[in-house]
Amino acid sequence: MSINSHTNTQDTVRVKTLIEESKDSRKLLMLGEKTIPKVLFVVAFLSLLTTVGIVLVLVTETIEFFERVSVIEFFTGTVLRPLSQNPEFGVLPLINGTIISSLIAMLVAGPIGIMTAVFLSEYASDRTRRVLKPMLELLAGIPTIVYGFFAFTFVTPLLRQFIPELGATNILSPGLVMGIMIIPMIASLSEDAMSAVPNAMREGALALGATKLEVTFKVIIPAALSGIIASFVLGISRAIGETMIVTIASGSSKNFTLDVTESMQTMTAYVVEVAAGDAPAGSTIYYSLYAVAMTLFLFTLVMNILARYVSRRFREEY
Amino acid sequence: MKYMESDQVLKKMNRRILYNNLFKGVFFLATTVGIIVLAILLIQVFTEGIGYINVNFLSGRLSTDPDHAGIMGAILGTLWLMAVVIPITMLLGVCTAIYNELYAKQGKAQSVIQTNIANLAGVPSIVYGILGMTIFVRTLGLGSVVLAGGLTMSLLVLPIVIVSSQEAIRAVPQHLSEASFGLGATKWQTVKNIILPAALPGILTGTILALSRAIGETAPLVVLGIPALLIPFPGGLFDRFTVLPMQIYYWTLDASLVDEYANLASATIIVLLFMLFLLNSTAIIIRNKFQKRY
Repeated sequence: MSINSHTNTQDTVRVKTLIEESKDSRKLLMLGEKTIPKVLFVVAFLSLLTTVGIVLVLVTETIEFFERVSVIEFFTGTVLRPLSQNPEFGVLPLINGTIISSLIAMLVAGPIGIMTAVFLSEYASDRTRRVLKPMLELLAGIPTIVYGFFAFTFVTPLLRQFIPELGATNILSPGLVMGIMIIPMIASLSEDAMSAVPNAMREGALALGATKLEVTFKVIIPAALSGIIASFVLGISRAIGETMIVTIASGSSKNFTLDVTESMQTMTAYVVEVAAGDAPAGSTIYYSLYAVAMTLFLFTLVMNILARYVSRRFREEY
Repeated sequence: MKYMESDQVLKKMNRRILYNNLFKGVFFLATTVGIIVLAILLIQVFTEGIGYINVNFLSGRLSTDPDHAGIMGAILGTLWLMAVVIPITMLLGVCTAIYNELYAKQGKAQSVIQTNIANLAGVPSIVYGILGMTIFVRTLGLGSVVLAGGLTMSLLVLPIVIVSSQEAIRAVPQHLSEASFGLGATKWQTVKNIILPAALPGILTGTILALSRAIGETAPLVVLGIPALLIPFPGGLFDRFTVLPMQIYYWTLDASLVDEYANLASATIIVLLFMLFLLNSTAIIIRNKFQKRY
C-alpha cells in the first residue's frame, strides 16, 4: 500500500512536470505560429516593393526629364537626335519603330499561332501532340539573344537575296524572327482556351453532321475567343518589350518612316543604346532613357491589363 | 416532288470534306513552321560554331584575337549569377507563395498582391535592367558586379518562381494537411513537415525553369553596363563579371568587323544552349522522379 502511494505521488509529480514542460514547448510553438505568418507577410510584401521601386524610379527621373524637355515636344516630336549639337527628343520615331516591329511579328505569330493551336487542340492525335508540344516549348526556351544572332547573320542575308534594297540592318528581319519567337506563346495560350471548351459542344456539332473544320470555326473559336484575343494581346505586349532581337538586327537609326526595309529603332533598343553608351548621370540624354522606359512600361502595362480584362469580361462560361 | 437533289448534296458534302482535309494539312504545316525554323537555327549555329569549340576556347580568357579567345570568364560569370539567383529567388519565392496560398485572407489585399505579381511578370526585362542600374549599381554604389547583376535577375524571375511555387502548393491534396491537423499539428508544423516536402518537386522545377530564363537574359545586363572585354575571372560577389549572352551580343555586334567573331558567337551559343539543356533535363528528371501522385 505504502509503496503504491509512494509511486503514485512520484508519478503525479512526473506528470505535472511533463505537463509544465509541454506547456512551455507549446508556448514556444504558439509564438512561432504567431510570428511566422508576419515574417511571411513581410516577404510577400517585397514583391509589391519591386513594383513600387520600378514606378518610383521611372516617375522621378521622368519628371526630371520633363523639366528639361516639354511633354508636348516629347510626345509629338518626330525627330530624335539626342547626340547632336542642338538635341531633339521626339519619341515618335521610337514608338513608330516599336509598333511596326510588333505588327510584323504579330502578322507572323498571330495566324501561325492560332493555326498551331487549332491543329494541336482539334486535329492532332495524342501521340502527335506529345511529339509536337515539347518541340514548341523548345522554341520558347531559346534565349532572345540567339534569335537576334539568327536574325542578323542568317535571316537578313537570306532576305536580301529577294529584296535587294534591304539594308544590313532593317526592321523586317527582326520583326519576322520576333514573330517566330512569339508563336509558342500564342499557340499554347490559345490551345488552353480551346481545350477548355467542353467536349459536349464539339460532339453536339459533330453529331449534327458538321466537319471538324466547321466545328472549329463555328463552335470552338467563337467559344474560346476571349482566350484567343487575350493571347494576342499578351503576344503584342511581349513584342513591344522584346529588346535584343531588334537591338542587334535593326540598328540604331532613328528613322520616322513606314518603309520596313530601313533600319528603325524601338523604345527598348534606344534604352540599350543610351545605357550602353555610358551617358553621364544628370545629362538630358541620361534622363531621356527613363522617359522612354516609362512610355514602354505604360504600353506593356496597358496591354497586360487589357488581356486580363478581355479574358475575364468576355469569357463564355459553360 | 423531290425534296433533295442527291447529286447536289453529295457534291456539297464532298466539298466540305475536301475543305476539312485541306485545312487539316494547312494547320499541320503551320504547326511545323516554328519547328522548321528552330531546326534551321540550330543547324546554322552548329555548323558555324562547332569547329571553334575546343579546350582552349572553353578554358581560355577573352581576347580580341579570335584564335586565342576563350569564354571561361563568361562561363564562371554565368555560374556566379546562378549562385546569387538560386538562394534569393527560392527564399523569397517560396515564402511569398506560402503566404499567398496558405496564410493570406481572401480579400482586397490578397487580390492586390496577386494582380501585382501578374503585372510584374509582364514587365519587359529591360525595365528591370533600369531598376537594377538605378538602385543597385548607382544608388547603392555596387557598380556592375556579380551581386548587382544577380539581384536584378532575381527580381526579374521572381514572379515565375512565385507563380510555379503557388501552383505546386495548390496541387498538394487537402487530405494530407487535414490528417496532419487531425494529429494535433499546428499550421506551421503542417506547412513545414507536410505541405512543403510534398510541393518541393514542383517548386524545384519552377525554380530551374526560372533559372534558365535568368542565364539566357541579356537586356538587363547590357543596361547594368557589363564590359565588352574583361580579362580577370570573377571570384566573388563584388567582382565585375560578364556572362555568356553578353559575350554572344558583343561578338555578334562586331561580326561585320572580324568574320570569325560570328563563329565565336555561334560557339558560345552552343555552350549556352548546352547549359540550358542540362538545366531543363534536370527539371524533367526531378519532375518525373519525385512527383508523387496522391
